This record gives sequence, structure tokens and C-alpha cells, in this order.
Amino acid sequence: MEKVKKISVTGEGDILSPFNYIKRIFEFRNVLPFLANLSGALVALIILGFLLTLGAKSLEFAKNAGVANILRTTWNPIAEEFGGLPFIATTVLVSIIALGISVPFTLSVSIFIAEWKRKNMFFDVFNTALDLLSAIPSVVYGFWALFVLTPFIRILQLKLGYPPYGVGVLTAALVLAIMIIPFSVGISREVLKLVSSDIKEAGFSLGATEFEVTRVVTLPLAKQGIIAGFILALGRALGETMAVTMVIGNFNAFPKNLFSPSNTIASLIANQFNEAWGNHQSALILLGFLLFLITLIINLLGGVILRGAKHEL
Amino acid sequence: MKKIITLIMISLAGTLYAQGVELTGAGATFPYPLYSKMFDVYYQTTGVKVNYQAIGSGGGIQQLIAKTVDFAGSDAPMTLQEEEKAGGEVLHIPTCLGAVVITYNLKGNPPLKMTPDVIADIYLGVIKYWNDPRIKKLNPDVNLPKLVITPVYRSDASGTTFVFTDYLSKSDIKWREKMGTGKSLNWPVGIGGKGNPGVAGVIQQLEGSIGYVELAYAKQNNLPVAAIRNKAGKFIMPETKSISEAANVKIPSHTKVSITDSDNPNGYPISSFTWIIVYKDLSYLKERRKAEELFKLLWWVTHEGQQYTESLDYASLPNTLTTVIEENLKKLTFESSTVWKK
Repeated sequence: MEKVKKISVTGEGDILSPFNYIKRIFEFRNVLPFLANLSGALVALIILGFLLTLGAKSLEFAKNAGVANILRTTWNPIAEEFGGLPFIATTVLVSIIALGISVPFTLSVSIFIAEWKRKNMFFDVFNTALDLLSAIPSVVYGFWALFVLTPFIRILQLKLGYPPYGVGVLTAALVLAIMIIPFSVGISREVLKLVSSDIKEAGFSLGATEFEVTRVVTLPLAKQGIIAGFILALGRALGETMAVTMVIGNFNAFPKNLFSPSNTIASLIANQFNEAWGNHQSALILLGFLLFLITLIINLLGGVILRGAKHEL
Repeated sequence: MKKIITLIMISLAGTLYAQGVELTGAGATFPYPLYSKMFDVYYQTTGVKVNYQAIGSGGGIQQLIAKTVDFAGSDAPMTLQEEEKAGGEVLHIPTCLGAVVITYNLKGNPPLKMTPDVIADIYLGVIKYWNDPRIKKLNPDVNLPKLVITPVYRSDASGTTFVFTDYLSKSDIKWREKMGTGKSLNWPVGIGGKGNPGVAGVIQQLEGSIGYVELAYAKQNNLPVAAIRNKAGKFIMPETKSISEAANVKIPSHTKVSITDSDNPNGYPISSFTWIIVYKDLSYLKERRKAEELFKLLWWVTHEGQQYTESLDYASLPNTLTTVIEENLKKLTFESSTVWKK
């Protein structure tokens, strides 16, 4: 007790020698809050600095070429034409298709894990495998898609009478869907677990089956959180670079159909940044800035919905 | 802990011991395997260490202009804009030759012959099928299928694309007007692959595709390559010999020239130099000793160093060029006196 009283540096009646005074200041428990605040501020500063650099470089483009030029449709660095509209459109298109493909899988997987789990080997293996999916590097997904997925797409394209490229918007969306499933499952299974067991048991006591409880009780309650998971997964899909670059075909124009090659903002930047100078470079940075803004807005939206959901449960 | 300290001490002592002159360069990725070999041999024989970072031609030039490196490597000559920015006279020293080859995927991979107008029209989307009469006329012995041609290009900005489009711009008027020369273009048809492996990967998987890669890459991966009709009307296969021949023409003294579409009847038409670029006034190196070492290195690379080209699938500089390069190297100065001494 005696010791605790002496903690306060400025405490009244606490007479300290200058040496001890300084020693107190640097005691770990006094320094810790300061360090914590500093790291917090640092993160905010880094993001701010990031925005400023991107913004400044983007302004360069606005000044030299006019910001409206980025909203044109032709990308031709030789002629100094930097129309980024096809890339913005494809980025959004590919991500939304990927999300659409992933929804049924995410829902069934997270219900399986959170609601109908059984204590057995299979379940543990399944759960771990799912977590491992999110640890696979993007380039490995891309590699797999290029060598395993594209031959199947090619067969499909031949059957439907499209040129058998194998790569294109659909291929990219498929590999993206697989990549974001562990991400959205991670959120929705936690939200599903949050649904209080009292309510569920009430359902059972009324004679509802397991399926009915999930459908009528758990899902409606967890709906908001699951949607937030999807939105955050969408944010992830928008910025995915390597895997998409490998299978989207890198064709700098609007896709004509689901099978056409196209290009997303992220893969365009990955492709061209190393040899881009002047307006070419600032156009790429401006596109990167736009992507950053889109992702930021979507992540904020997801965060708000998720917070609301947790509050409700 | 003690072990670690000892290790650090040893490595520190090592670096102190080796602290002679060290040269740094940055730039083109294309000659990187050759430069690695050359600079390694150079280090073994002279003790002078040369660091080369393969960051891309454009990056190398920017770093040279910023004077953060001693020399730049580039597959494309400096543009007027870049030379203006450089602010002083620069020298383009050719170090070896490379070539861009046309590769394809057809059943059985028959040997093919191509002309610049056919290649251009394939990449413009005018020729759509392999059994097009214009391809058939060039290859009467080959049974060409009615199969869609998928042109494959480099999706990343690259010197390979620059050389390929420079060639087509010179040899095909339609290409020059519609597409032009550059490191990344607005391709009207086809699909893009990232880097040589990306292009080759698509081609190996997709029957009916055609693309362009560096010769060294095609050779090391046993890709089929087409013979191209040169200016003299001869069909030439890309071999280190025919590529060297392409440079065996009258070269202006500044050696900053494109040799695609060469006049030499035995030359492969899509050949190109790769250069090391330095300022003519080497005062930016700060020390005279360093300027002398750079001079010696460039001399070695363009003379003794040439023996390492063939084994790595690069073509060596033709003998006729050596005197031109020597004259240029002798022009290098350090604080207004020539670096070269008799």
C-alpha cells in the first residue's frame, strides 16, 4: 500500500530528489501511455502523409493534363492519352462479380462453422484449412489460376463460341472470389457466434429444428454483421493486384463481355509503374489515389455497419 | 552472442579490406544476366566491385540524371526530353546486342516465315486467322489451320516492346501512323502478359497465339521462333551471328542508333543495341581514381568482356564497331582533362 501511494509524480507531500523524480517519469507504467498515444498518432500521421503525397502527385496531373482527362476511355501513353475510365469500371465490375460468386459459399460455410459445428476431426481440419486459405500469398493464387483455372475457362469459352483466351474478367473474378471467402467468413462466423444462445434455445423449446432456428432466429439477427463482412471483403477485392494481373489479360479497354480481357487499376499500376515518367506516372498515381478513396469509403461503410451490428446483438 | 560479435567483426574487417573503388550502375533488366557475369569476372581479375541494379531502363536513366549512380544501363536511347534534363553531354556506349523474336503456338510448331507487314497486321487485328492467304503465301509448305490468332504483348512497359514497335514503325507505314514506337502502347487486340515469362506463359498454354520475347528467353525455354524477312528480302533466323551482322553497318560516331530493320543482307531485322550511358564529363564521380576505373571497366566490357556474350545468348559487338567505341571512350574527361592516357 505504502508503495502505491508514492507512484504519483506530482502527488502532494511526495518529496523526491531530482534523480528520483526523473526516474519516476521514465518508469515503464508512466511511459507506456505516452508510447501508446505516440504509436496511435503515428498511424494517423502515416495515413495523412500517404494521402498528402498521393494527392500532391495527383494534383500534378490535374495541373499538367487536366483532371477530366482521367475520365476518358483511351489509354495510350505514347500519345499522352491517359483515360482511366475502363480501369475504374473493370475494377468495380470484377470485384462485384467476385463478391456475388462468394456470397452463397460464405453464407453456407459460416453457418456450418458457427451453428452446426460438431466436435470431430473433420470440423477442425476444415476450420484450419479455411484460415490457411487467407494465408496463401496472392501470387500463388494467380499462379494456380493461370495453370489450373484457365484451361477450364477455355473449354467453357469454346463451348459458348467465344475466343478461347482462358484469361479475362470472369477468370479474375473467380480467383478473387476464392481469395475473399476466408475474409468474409472470418467476420460473419464471429457475428453468428455472437447471437445469444438464450434466443436460440427459446426457438428450440418451441419445437423448431436446427435449420429453422438458423433461418428464422440466427440469420435475421446477424444479418447486418454479415453484410458488413461482405462489404469489407469487397474492399479487399478492389485492391487485389498480383493474382488479378496474372489472369485478367491486361487489355487496356472496357471488357466487351464476361470473357474479354481487361485491366483493373491495381494491375495497370503494377504493370506500368516501373517505366512510367512525367504525366504517365502522375496519371497512374491519380488512379491509385482514386482506388484508395474508393477502398477507404467502402471500408468505412463496412466498419460503421459492423459496429451497429455488434451494438445490436 | 560472442559468436555474433565475432561474425560482425569479421565481416566488418572484410569490407574494410576490400574497400577499393566501387562502381554502381542501374537500369535495363535485359542485359542483367550478362552484366552479372561480366562484373563478376571483372571483380575476380581486377578487384573492382561493380554493383548493377536491374530496375528498368527508364529508372536507370533517371538515377543517372540524379547522379545517384555512376552509369545507367538502357535498352532504349535517351529521349530528347531526357537529354535536356540531363543538362550535360552523355555518351551511349553499346555493350552487346540482343534481339526480339517472334514465337508462336501451333500444332507441331512448324517453322514459320514472317514479314513485317504481316506481323503488323496481326497485331492490328487485320489478319485474324492462321490460314489467312498472306500467311499461307509466305509458308506454302505448312498446313495452317483455320484458327484464331491471339496476339500476345508485354503488358508492362518494357524495352522489348520498344524494340519491337521501333522495328514495325520503320518497316510498316500503317504501323507508324496508327501505333508508333514506345514502351507501352494502346494495343487494339490481343492479351497482355507481364514480363517475358508472362508472354511465354500465355503462348505455351494457348494454341493459335503469337508473341514477341527476347531471344535469350526464347532459347533458354526452347520456344519456336519465326524467320523474319529483312530489308534485303532474305528470311533470317535470329542467331547470335545474324544479330551481330545487323550491327555490321555504317554506325554514326555517337553510337546512339537504332539498328532495327538493318540494311545488312545477313542481319536479323529486329536486333538492337543495349547501352551503358555515362556523362561525357565524369566529374560527377568526384574522384579521378573512380573515373579511371569506370573508363577501364567500359573498355574491358567492350573488348575482353565480349567473350562472355555468346554463352549467355547475347550477340557480341561487331569488330567494325570497336574503333568507334574506342574513339568515344577516349573522349571521357574528368575535370576538363581526358581520363584516357597513352
